[in-house]
Amino acid sequence: MASTLGLVLNFLIFPGLLFTAVVGLLTQWVDRKVSARVQWRVGPPWFQPFADILKLLGKEIIIPEGARRTGFLLAPLAGLAAVGVVSTMLWLVNIHGSGFVGDLIGVLYLLTIPSLGMIIGASASGNPLASVGASREMKLVLAYELPFVIAIFTAVTKVAPMTLRLEGILEYQAANGVLLGNLSCIIAFVVAILCAQAKLTYPPFDIPEAETELMDGTHMEYSGAALAVVKLSQAMMLFTLPIFFITIFWGGVVLTGWGILYTIVKYVIIVTIIVLIKNTNPRVRIDQAVRFFWGPVTVLAIIGMVLAIVGL
Amino acid sequence: MGATSWGFKKSLWVFHLNAGACNNCDIEVLDCLTPRFDIERFGMKLVGSVKHADVLLVSGFVSRKVLPQLIETYEQAPKPLAVVAIGSCGCTGGIFRDGYNFAGPVDKHIPVDAYVPGCPPRPEALIDGIVKLMGKL
Repeated sequence: MASTLGLVLNFLIFPGLLFTAVVGLLTQWVDRKVSARVQWRVGPPWFQPFADILKLLGKEIIIPEGARRTGFLLAPLAGLAAVGVVSTMLWLVNIHGSGFVGDLIGVLYLLTIPSLGMIIGASASGNPLASVGASREMKLVLAYELPFVIAIFTAVTKVAPMTLRLEGILEYQAANGVLLGNLSCIIAFVVAILCAQAKLTYPPFDIPEAETELMDGTHMEYSGAALAVVKLSQAMMLFTLPIFFITIFWGGVVLTGWGILYTIVKYVIIVTIIVLIKNTNPRVRIDQAVRFFWGPVTVLAIIGMVLAIVGL
Repeated sequence: MGATSWGFKKSLWVFHLNAGACNNCDIEVLDCLTPRFDIERFGMKLVGSVKHADVLLVSGFVSRKVLPQLIETYEQAPKPLAVVAIGSCGCTGGIFRDGYNFAGPVDKHIPVDAYVPGCPPRPEALIDGIVKLMGKL
C-alpha cells in the first residue's frame, strides 16, 4: 500500500506531472528566448509560458457543433498522462535504478501516445482543416517512427549483454564510458534528434499544425483549459525527449556533486540543438518529409545499426 | 481568479481580422512583430485560430459583405475577449464613411475596448494602445 502511494506521488508530483510541467515550461521559455535572440529580438520574460497556461485555464472552453465531445476532450488528457508516465519512468530509473524488463519498449510506445491523442482529438473536432492536420500528423508518425526505433535499437545493440532495460544501458555506460563515444551511436544520435524534431512538430516538420496554411491544424478547435492541456503536453514532451536521449546515449542523469551541473549542460546542449534546427529551417511539404525520413534518414540509421553490429 | 486574470493581462494572444481594410494597417500590425518593436516582450503573439485568441484586432471599415463574418468571428472567440479597432476606418469609417457598402464602424456591431486611430497607425501607436488596454483589463 505504501509503495502504491509512493508511486502515485511519484507520478503526480516528482518526477511526474508537476515537476515535468514546471521544467518543461521553463524549457519552453528557453526555446522562445533563444528563438527571439536568433531573430535579434528581445523575447518574452521568463514567466511567459506560465502566464499563458494560467490564462488559458481561465478561458471559456468551446466545443464545436458536430464534434464528438468525449473524444475531443479526453484525447489531449491521454497524451498528457502518457508524457507524465514516460517522465516518471525515466527519472525513477536514473535516480533509484528501479526499472523493469522491457521498459525501453514501454517508453517507445508511450512516446507516440501524444501524437495519437492529437490525431484522435483533431478528428473528433469535426473541422475540415483540423482533420487535414490529423491526416498529416498520421503520415508524419508513420514516417519518423521507423528511423527512430532503429536509432534507439542501435544503442541496445551496442550494449554488451544486449538488454531492453534502461537500467542495463545505464550500467553499461557507467562501466564502459558513454555510448556517444562510438561512431555508430553518434549516427544514431543524429537520427534521433531529427526524429525528435518531428515528434515535437517543430519546424521543419511542423506540417500538421502549419500556422499559415492550416491555422494551427490539429490544435485549431481547442480553446481554454483543453488548449492548456495540449500546450502543456507539448512543453512536457520538450523536456522528456532530451532526458530520454541523455539516458540512452549520454550516460544518464546524475544528481550528485558535479553531476548536477554536467547533467544540466547536457540537457541544455540538446535543447539548444533542437531550437537552432527549428529556427534555421523552413517548413517542408508532407511528401518531402515522408521521403526524407524513409530515404536518407532510414539509410543513415541502418548504417549506424550495421556499424554497431560490426562493433564500431 | 487572481492568478488567471494576471495571466490574461500578461499573455494576450491576438487574432487579426481584416474587415475590408486596404492592407496598410495589416502591414503595420506585422511591423509590431519585427525585431525593432517586438511585442513578444509583452507576451503577445499572433495566433492562427480565433479559438485561441484573447484580443480580436479589427482593421478596416466593415463592408456589408464582411459584416456576417465579423459577427460570427466575435461569437466564436472564447470569452473573456478584448476587441481593438485599429485605423481611421476601424474607428470611424474614415474616407469610406459615405460609401455605398459601408456597414458602420466596428463599434456599431460589436463592443470595442480600445481604439487606435491613424491611417495607418504607427507601430508605436499600436503598442501604446495595447499597453493601455493591458492597464484597463
